[in-house]
Amino acid sequence: MHAEPLPFAVELVASLLLLAGGGFALVGASGLVRLRDLYMRLHAPTKASTLGVGGALLASMIVFGWTGQRLVVHELLITVFVFLTAPISAHLLVKSALEREPLRRPPPPGGGAAQPVSEPPPGPDDPAAPR
Amino acid sequence: MIDQALTLTLAMFVVAMLLSAWRLLVGPDVLDRVLALDTLYVNALAIVVLLGVKFRTQVYFEAALVIAMLGFVGTVVTARFVSRGDIVSHD
Repeated sequence: MHAEPLPFAVELVASLLLLAGGGFALVGASGLVRLRDLYMRLHAPTKASTLGVGGALLASMIVFGWTGQRLVVHELLITVFVFLTAPISAHLLVKSALEREPLRRPPPPGGGAAQPVSEPPPGPDDPAAPR
Repeated sequence: MIDQALTLTLAMFVVAMLLSAWRLLVGPDVLDRVLALDTLYVNALAIVVLLGVKFRTQVYFEAALVIAMLGFVGTVVTARFVSRGDIVSHD
């Protein structure tokens, strides 16, 4: 399968990147299985899978960039595209979830009910605020 | 060494795809299934890239680019269809 053997350092860096990417993908998928709410489940794979693909693409860039077999334009294109589109699709999923069931909106982190929006937090021109 | 790392990473991505497929089959909400499909296409993209490194060929990367574009469009369209009921608004 090999055209020519790679140097040891290149192989080491590429292998570490590959394993890190696989680990990130596993963490994201296990979060997709184990977390208990839709909003929590949206959190895990949208970030971890992007990092997993990023690890695989970086390793591929290193290998093909070292062998000089071709330019690495494809990996750069895929990286830009995935890193641009993954947050957009996650945002659209959350938006459609909130549009479907507005009452299922989760409480803010830290416990307690939602803060009333009529009372703004003290700004810099508030006389009661400590300077 | 990189061959063993490639095989191990491929196995990890396959396990990740199996977990996502479980969520796709079980997941109580429709949007859970859409999210599982999103994760599945991203992992399939990574697997295609890894196979391209393993076989040292260029053809697989164009397939990965096509998977990235079509997967994003599919996720956006499905999320919009779930929330609005149609994809192109006829105002």
